[in-house]
Amino acid sequence: MQPLPADPRRNDALDEAKRLELYRLQVEIRDCEQRAYDLFLQGLVKGTSHLSLGQEAVAAGFAAAMEKGDLSFCTYRGHAHTLARGVPMEQVLGELMQRDNGLMRGKGGSMHLTSVEHGVMGSYAIIGAHLPIACGAAWRAQYKGQTDVSVCFFGDGTTNIGAFHEAVNFAAVWKLPVIFVCENNLYMEYTAIKDVIPAQIQHPAADRAASYGLERIVVDGNDADAVYRSALTAYAKARAGDGPSLIECMTYRYSGHSRADPAKYRPEGELEAWKARDPLKLYRQRLVEFGIGESAIKRIEDESKRKLDAATEACKAAPPPPESILTTDVYADGGWAWRN
Amino acid sequence: MAELSYRDAVARGIAQEMERDPDVVFLGEDVAGAGGVFKATVGLLEKFGPKRVRDTPISEQAILGAAMGAAMTGLKPIAEIMFSDFLAVCFDYIANEFPKSHYMSNGQLKCPLVVRTGNGAGSRFGAQHSQSVENWAMMIPGLKVVAPSSPVDVIGLFAAAVRDPNPVIFFEHKSLYAAKGEVPDGEIVDTLGSAKILRPGKDATLVALALMVPRALQAAETLSKEHGIEIEVIDLRSLVPLDLQTVLGSVARTGRLFTVEENPRLCGWGAEIASIAADESFYDLDGPVVRITTPHIPLPAADNLEDLALPSAPRIVDKIRRCLNG
Repeated sequence: MQPLPADPRRNDALDEAKRLELYRLQVEIRDCEQRAYDLFLQGLVKGTSHLSLGQEAVAAGFAAAMEKGDLSFCTYRGHAHTLARGVPMEQVLGELMQRDNGLMRGKGGSMHLTSVEHGVMGSYAIIGAHLPIACGAAWRAQYKGQTDVSVCFFGDGTTNIGAFHEAVNFAAVWKLPVIFVCENNLYMEYTAIKDVIPAQIQHPAADRAASYGLERIVVDGNDADAVYRSALTAYAKARAGDGPSLIECMTYRYSGHSRADPAKYRPEGELEAWKARDPLKLYRQRLVEFGIGESAIKRIEDESKRKLDAATEACKAAPPPPESILTTDVYADGGWAWRN
Repeated sequence: MAELSYRDAVARGIAQEMERDPDVVFLGEDVAGAGGVFKATVGLLEKFGPKRVRDTPISEQAILGAAMGAAMTGLKPIAEIMFSDFLAVCFDYIANEFPKSHYMSNGQLKCPLVVRTGNGAGSRFGAQHSQSVENWAMMIPGLKVVAPSSPVDVIGLFAAAVRDPNPVIFFEHKSLYAAKGEVPDGEIVDTLGSAKILRPGKDATLVALALMVPRALQAAETLSKEHGIEIEVIDLRSLVPLDLQTVLGSVARTGRLFTVEENPRLCGWGAEIASIAADESFYDLDGPVVRITTPHIPLPAADNLEDLALPSAPRIVDKIRRCLNG
């Protein structure tokens, strides 16, 4: 599948600060993910990791449209969404490197990034598990009359698991303030999504929205402005008490599914076609079109590299977690006692 | 003090906690309008309204997932899974989500919720609606596991479960819903991880749970009256936390240990008790630890076959008598 045709709308009303924020988030995610890959090649990132290279605009667009207090629920491919909520690179890379300075001190790892302080309510490595959980957080907001919105990011493969259908139905029936965001990067792990959905269906999330009485929404996930626009609409709907949205963002991952996957299953020319619509390249060009000076753009790019280098050095110098935390926080009293 | 059924104790226990704390909410299939398929939640909808007592679609993953998301962000949900056999459909939450989020997040996320579920045999429902699966939950670090045997324990242990900051799986025995017992007036709050010695005895310790408790007591009565054997009967009440002081303290006095469990043979909770006793009470024991269990079979529907499968009071009597006289 080719990238969606460009949307002529460009969010003309956005102010310069918001435009620069959207670009900065994408640059920081791109840099940090690329560094994670490099550190993996150096043997410094252990376990597994699932990168969002090429999918930065989805994370940036949704995060930039959020308000403080809104909650993010991510999958194992959650580095981008965690960074987009403002979690420092050092804590993310530290967790990937399983150091004591990591976000969860190495107890969770790459697939479980969590920062309650930043509204990142967990990254879930069981496909589909977090859609019902996001419903529950949204139910709490509805019950308590709070205005925060829960946003749940997941991949195209998730649309074939039962929890997806249970959650979207549940949210629609209870009219919950939750947004389901499908990042369709064309592949469920190593298999093309088109090979595992009925031929009559082109968009595995959006084309099923009607089953739950929801609008069919397909967005160019490589255009941060388009993502941002659709996010704003969905947040407003949720905050107004008008229930959930299901949004399918068309995008593409440049790397394999996980670090073990060289992605040899791609047809020839596909990667190149998507790279021609690279979200960062596209957005940089747009900043120029809106008259934002090269120096302001360059400042963002340089600052990201500076922060990343500092974070990398801090992580390399950080110790592994102490053995004393092996048995802490199994239960809420801080311990692990199951007997007297 | 009034006589109350185990079934009515469930509704009273839920009501007690919902009255105390407006953050306690209750969801499940047919729990509100219908009052539960076992009629254990009758009257709660009328008392607390549809905002706090909510019927759900037949979506066990959505029920437990929603309970978790609500718990993580400030509510104290009670979720019902109608039959404990159905925990298998939503086991991801039991095994991977509830019990691991606190640890994986280095203590950031908390999951204070209770899953109530109808457990156990005796209703002639066949193999997919009759299992006793408290051992499924016991094996997972991060959960607490409770199974009351009497109306007063239903209320007190349920209150403790709701007030506990951890995920608690609360097994109600379907064949005990009609059982009656004395229940004091006013608020009742008990403690998780406290087994109870229900009958003292010097000759052997018999550890039981849920439906096996009344059968153990009945067996002890027969053994005393007809055979002069005095059995100490312990109701474990919760599997996690596990009150081993009470169990092993009793073994130190009696020198023999029997467990009676409804779980099928392999990896039932009695196996863990036997293993711990072998480790820690070896020199107190005058004979092998003996487990009395359901055989390792799926449960049949026919009443005579189901009765044959479950440990009965006569079977407990026979086993203990032969072991002690052997």
